Amino acid sequence: MIVDRSYQAVTGRMSQIIEKAMGVDYSRYERDGIIFDYEALMNDTGYSLEDHIRIQQTYNVGHTPVFELHNLTALARKYAAPGKGARIFVKDEASNPAGSFKERRACTSVYHAKKMGYRGVIAATSGNYGAAVASQAAMQGLKCIIVQECYDSKASGQPEIIEKARKCEALGAEVLQLSVGPELFYEVLMMLEDTGYFNASLYSAFGVGGVETLGWELGHQFKERYGRHPDVVVCANAGGGNLTGTARGLKKAGCDAQVIAASVDLKGLSMASDTQFNRKSFTTAHTGFGVPYATDPDHSDVPRSAARPLRYMDRYVTVKQGEVFYITEALAALEGMEKGPAGNTSLAAAFSLAQELDQDQIIVAQETEYTGAGKHIQPQLAFARRNGIELKFGDPRTEVPGENIVFPADPSLLRAQDADLDHMRSSLIRRQASHASAPLTDGDIAYLVEETKSSPEFVRKVLESLGK
Amino acid sequence: MAVKNDWVRIHRNVLEPQDRTGKLPEDTKKVPLEMWVKGRLQEDRAEIGDEVTVKTCVGRLEHGKLIEVNPCYELNYGEFVPEILTMEESLRTALFGGEEK
Repeated sequence: MIVDRSYQAVTGRMSQIIEKAMGVDYSRYERDGIIFDYEALMNDTGYSLEDHIRIQQTYNVGHTPVFELHNLTALARKYAAPGKGARIFVKDEASNPAGSFKERRACTSVYHAKKMGYRGVIAATSGNYGAAVASQAAMQGLKCIIVQECYDSKASGQPEIIEKARKCEALGAEVLQLSVGPELFYEVLMMLEDTGYFNASLYSAFGVGGVETLGWELGHQFKERYGRHPDVVVCANAGGGNLTGTARGLKKAGCDAQVIAASVDLKGLSMASDTQFNRKSFTTAHTGFGVPYATDPDHSDVPRSAARPLRYMDRYVTVKQGEVFYITEALAALEGMEKGPAGNTSLAAAFSLAQELDQDQIIVAQETEYTGAGKHIQPQLAFARRNGIELKFGDPRTEVPGENIVFPADPSLLRAQDADLDHMRSSLIRRQASHASAPLTDGDIAYLVEETKSSPEFVRKVLESLGK
Repeated sequence: MAVKNDWVRIHRNVLEPQDRTGKLPEDTKKVPLEMWVKGRLQEDRAEIGDEVTVKTCVGRLEHGKLIEVNPCYELNYGEFVPEILTMEESLRTALFGGEEK
């Protein structure tokens, strides 16, 4: 049989390819109107939180330590109003086997793939998730292919991504590298079709369910050690799975901490632009993914994403590239820990947000990530400078992504900025309402309230402005 | 020159500019979607620039132009960035005060 491998033909077969490559029929979760049964998708995996915990324990994932950052707390208090400056903690996710929280997301996917009889797994990722899937595939005895967006048209690659490729190969994966462009998903679909491997999508319920253990651990660790839950948990936000899983896990641990999203501000840079690809210094945890995936979760490599961050987000802040590099250096210089840099996005935000909170309150940056040659403040800044980016000290609020990186001239200038969460909520409501083929019902509105963690009044107001 | 079973890196254009999707920025539309992958050479002999087939570490066959034999990682910590040292010094001063007398 001759298979049409043109772009249109392959993407046209997406739903059949994905169903075969995941064993999930997403149409089962569509309900009347615009409603999609999210909880049914999450519950149908067959893996409860207890199952995720057990499987992760078997494959050496999770149970990462929580560290109190005494010196960063002291530094934040120097710039806070009297009585302000919460205790800052970090969860050391870098101590997972492949060096990031993403292993929680990979573990059950690989386990499930093996149980279902797939011989291998495929994941589309330029980030830590690749190393996490490769690590779990190595441990659980499956083959692994990682597809990366890595180079611009001059074959110049972000040092951070090249390091990820090295790590994936070191863990036994095939790494297929591509130049810039969203057609990466076309290549992934062809590979899934050719190999019959499992689609270890970042956005599957197996993956996002796996992150629930992170939130659950946080709740319990603080309760056991300090007799109380944290007040604020800051999650770096890109595709939304980190925040979604963590928030769900916190709830299951009985912890009602405020959940704050943090992304690196890359406003103005196009993620699909060949010439802008190497003008950014962060390849994840940035607004270029964070905002579009929050407002439109269902444009990933699965028909319905299990990562739906607006359902759980209490607040969304952005930090600048210069601020994340600065806090990365602060973590090394003042706390004796070399981590990140991208994994310190939530820490940069936490340092600023701590100054709004009382001294007896607790704020947690819920991840760190490994660091090494290529994926480190020094080579990433050297690469930026080589690409014509100006490095300077000043007020990070003057930073222009793609033109300069502005480090805070002093720690008081590290200030997380609030993003307009209501604007994002409205955008999600508008997009989903545009899919409606009939007038929206009370059921549709209740669904949109859940999707945006808002109120019926808010949803109705947005719909009225659309004339719906 | 490479011989059968050597570990090599190949390159191929997956989509030429005219075959790319419509939803791209102008600069990306003008260039092909390119691919790089590593594997063991299947031909008996090949020179850099030859069209070859490789078997990847999962056993998949891929074809493309031979660009590197025994490909190595050239990752490092980059050129020195003096601003990092300035950050470090100013952070210590901010927390612990100025120079020791």
